[in-house]
Amino acid sequence: MKNNDILLEVDNLRTYFDTRRGLAKAVDGVSFDLYKGETLGIVGESGCGKSITSLSILNLVPQPKGKIHGGEIKLHREDEVVDIAKLKRTGKKMKDIRRKDSAMIFQDPMSSLSPVYTVGSQIMEGIMLSHDVDKVEAREMAIEMLRKVGISPAEQRINDYPYQLSGGMNQRAMIAVALASNPNLLIADEPTTALDVTVEAQILELMAELQQEYQMSIMFISHDLDVIGEISDRVVVMYTGKVVEVAEVEELFYNPSHPYTQGLLQSIPKIGRKKELKPISGSVPQIYNLPDACHFAPRCPHRMDICTKKEPPTFDLGGGHQAKCWLYEEGGENNEG
Amino acid sequence: MLSYILRRTMIMIPMIILISMVSFLIITLPPGSYIDSYLANLQRMGGEVEQSRADALADRYGLNDPIYEQYWKWVKGFPSGNFGMVFSEERPVMDVIQERIGFTILISVLTLLFTWILSIPIGIYSAVKQYSFGDYFFTFFGFLGVSIPNFLLAIIIMFTGLRFFGVNLSGLMPAAYMGEPWTLAKIAEVLKRIWVPVVVVGTAGMAGLIRIMRAEMLDQLRQPYIQMARSKGVDEIKVIIKYAARIAVNPLISTVGWLLPQIISGGTIAGIVLGLPTLGPKLYDALKIQDMYLAGTIIFINIVLILIGTLLSDILLALVDPRIRYD
Amino acid sequence: MNNPKKQEKITKDTEITMGDPFKAKSHWQLMWQEFKNHKLAMGGIVVLIILYVSALFAGFLTPYNPNERFSEYQNIAPQTIKFIDEDGLSAPYVHPVVGERNMETLAMEYTVDESQKIPVDFIYRTEDTYKFMGLFETNLKLFGSAETQIFLFGTDGLGRDVFSRTIHGARLSLTVGLIGISVSLVLGLLLGGISGYMGGMVDNFIQRVIEFTLAIPKIPLWMGLGAALPQDWTVIQVYFAITVILSLTGWVGMARVLRGQILSLKEEDFVKAARAAGAKGGRIISKHLLPNCMSYILVNLTLAIPGMIIGETALSFLGLGLRPPAVSWGVLLQEAQNVRAVADYPWYFIPGIFVIIAVLAFNFVGDGLRDAADPYH
Repeated sequence: MKNNDILLEVDNLRTYFDTRRGLAKAVDGVSFDLYKGETLGIVGESGCGKSITSLSILNLVPQPKGKIHGGEIKLHREDEVVDIAKLKRTGKKMKDIRRKDSAMIFQDPMSSLSPVYTVGSQIMEGIMLSHDVDKVEAREMAIEMLRKVGISPAEQRINDYPYQLSGGMNQRAMIAVALASNPNLLIADEPTTALDVTVEAQILELMAELQQEYQMSIMFISHDLDVIGEISDRVVVMYTGKVVEVAEVEELFYNPSHPYTQGLLQSIPKIGRKKELKPISGSVPQIYNLPDACHFAPRCPHRMDICTKKEPPTFDLGGGHQAKCWLYEEGGENNEG
Repeated sequence: MLSYILRRTMIMIPMIILISMVSFLIITLPPGSYIDSYLANLQRMGGEVEQSRADALADRYGLNDPIYEQYWKWVKGFPSGNFGMVFSEERPVMDVIQERIGFTILISVLTLLFTWILSIPIGIYSAVKQYSFGDYFFTFFGFLGVSIPNFLLAIIIMFTGLRFFGVNLSGLMPAAYMGEPWTLAKIAEVLKRIWVPVVVVGTAGMAGLIRIMRAEMLDQLRQPYIQMARSKGVDEIKVIIKYAARIAVNPLISTVGWLLPQIISGGTIAGIVLGLPTLGPKLYDALKIQDMYLAGTIIFINIVLILIGTLLSDILLALVDPRIRYD
Repeated sequence: MNNPKKQEKITKDTEITMGDPFKAKSHWQLMWQEFKNHKLAMGGIVVLIILYVSALFAGFLTPYNPNERFSEYQNIAPQTIKFIDEDGLSAPYVHPVVGERNMETLAMEYTVDESQKIPVDFIYRTEDTYKFMGLFETNLKLFGSAETQIFLFGTDGLGRDVFSRTIHGARLSLTVGLIGISVSLVLGLLLGGISGYMGGMVDNFIQRVIEFTLAIPKIPLWMGLGAALPQDWTVIQVYFAITVILSLTGWVGMARVLRGQILSLKEEDFVKAARAAGAKGGRIISKHLLPNCMSYILVNLTLAIPGMIIGETALSFLGLGLRPPAVSWGVLLQEAQNVRAVADYPWYFIPGIFVIIAVLAFNFVGDGLRDAADPYH
């Protein structure tokens, strides 16, 4: 599915929030690449900056407190490479990217569509912004879109308001709104978290199908490692606004390198596994005035002296596997495979 | 929808009966009756107190009857539009109300327009430009607006007019025009003064509305559907108006119901200070001299307006918000 | 260094924290921290403290009894105590006011005699005594002069000192709100709490009562009830009657806020857990529901007080509330009812400025509390 053409390069992205309690470094030096046609999973606990990373990519960081302070977000378009981090938030170029290149779906399907407009009109709006069509054609396309996401009978449902649809149906409707513009990049921010497990499976399947059809890249954000494992090609693990590990999905699950990833994997139950579940001790620190050290150190079972003194750089473990941990200082040595 | 309105209207009937009782109760609470204050007034002015005349008056108005009989006498005229007599003016209550209802409604409608036309855009602006200089400015202005009781604001404006511009802004027209037929000159005079009550009564309401609108806008701007709309590439101005403001304004619509009764009670104290020919000051006079049917009727109309206003709000809200259903 | 297992052994049982950032703060600590940053709210607090302390020490701070008349000084303009004369810094002094009867109009005319400088004594003993904070007799005043009268805010038509009257007036005007709000609080807590907690029929009934109370227009109700107060009641009786009248409508807002809060809290897991663990109603209300509503109650309280202050002022202003010889800001403002009088003697309006300042301060504090109660918004 994945090829080696890069769609998006995020380099040293820093998005800070100027809150009354101090500067919150929600995203602090995040780098990763997104290839064309691949699904990149971004995983981490709530507050680790994964949502803000995704909002930064569309230049939609909540104003006025949030701001992209630095770094690059290079989007490879048909005939140019654009650094989104340098674009004006409401500028023409940014709008053009949002209309034609990218789309986003959110966690809560019920509140992500405006309650006062019909599902159809919200899909049509997106279609008319990205395609040069009139209302009648847009309506036809919207009905087609609803069919594709499995909402039937589409001709009637198009006149429904979001409150008239179930959660799963709303999530399908939202996907329809997002994909109406035929984007290259779909950012899905916890799209299945609010849904039942059975509905979740359907939505994941739908997304995989549509990815095939539209040949788009998906950035899939979730706190749920199972879901990430199911849908992703590669995975980025985040903690307190930093990327702590990047790897192909199988490598990550069978050979996790960062103690945090190891902890995450050990804390999810698996059928047939007799081993005791081990939760990570302690809790995620608040992101104000964090020290210049490894932020996972207070909870880390492998903590060394240097961990509380100096922030670890990212070590390359080969095969696209990277970990931000002092354990790998002298080359790519692995622990407990 | 129609059956809902019908049902709500049906519920209003027992409410109105209850309200007529409460209104009557409020006006009969003060000890004594109109006759006592009438006699007291006569005495104060050195007039002769004729006990026989007082008795005759009391008899004529049935003031010595048991309270439930007085109440019954009052309400049984309601269906035919008879709300009793104004003792002090010896004419029907309806006459006095008709005389003053025009200006009362005019001032109220102008106030309503004034507050809404200004506060909705200001509220939107303050929310979108949260923590900007403009936001702070309007927030502070809003604080001032709610913190200055409107009768004090009335005094301040009249004082300024008199002291620095030498114009007397009390009343709606100079005494010379009172009772005269409407001419262009008279209309001009009224226009010159009517802004005072509109500003005085409107300021407090406006401050409140700006605050609600700002808070609601901030709330809506945080909703995921806003980010969703932006991620589609919808123009920011459209995101603000078509998406956020469209919903943020709903709670304001439910306050329309509260504005209707404000027609009478909102400007009462300011109306007294400004000497307006509206119903509020009349209510005050009536309460003071225990002109009970006049006072009772004004209070009654006021409460009924609240009921109608609430119903109106609910209907409006249902029209603008598809989520609200009636069954 | 590279063997993580070794490291694990060393640090397994030791708990290190990396200082403050990792430590969670309590709700009240967070609230105070937020509140401190709200400049207007902090300013409001300072103003309120000054106002209430002045009211408490009114007898000491003001030179005269509020109802004392100086018939030879009627409608005098405010005087200022000066500390600087043409030679620079000087001992505090005032220019005396000289009154003379205009033989044609027979009205008194006053002029400030700038040639004379009469020294003002700070910490001054008068001939009359007053009760300091209502506790003991004393004749100590903050300032005064043996040779002349000092009217900082001028005098009214009867020759009474507006400054002394305004500061004394704060006692009634500022406490009406506090007492009124306490009555509202008790009623609101009780009815709102019961309504939200019990639900069902009880809730329905209380909701109807609340709706009906809201449907009664405030101003006419206040006016009707105010007019109903017997003329021969004492100041104290009228005072309490007014607070009751004001709280009759005041409790509704409190009850609604509380009900809404409790309804949503009731669905929270920690309350369900408490109930599952067998906690009884009273305990759930007092241990789980009320503490979590405290900040909302506090905000609501602070924002309701100004309404009561305005209510008292308005009623007394109209002559339907407190009556002379009681001294409250509303009573003092009766003098300002006639705009011509205000135009001639603008200092009649000074109590109105105090009303506005007090109400503004309460609103600032309430707003600060509201922001602070919700630090994550």
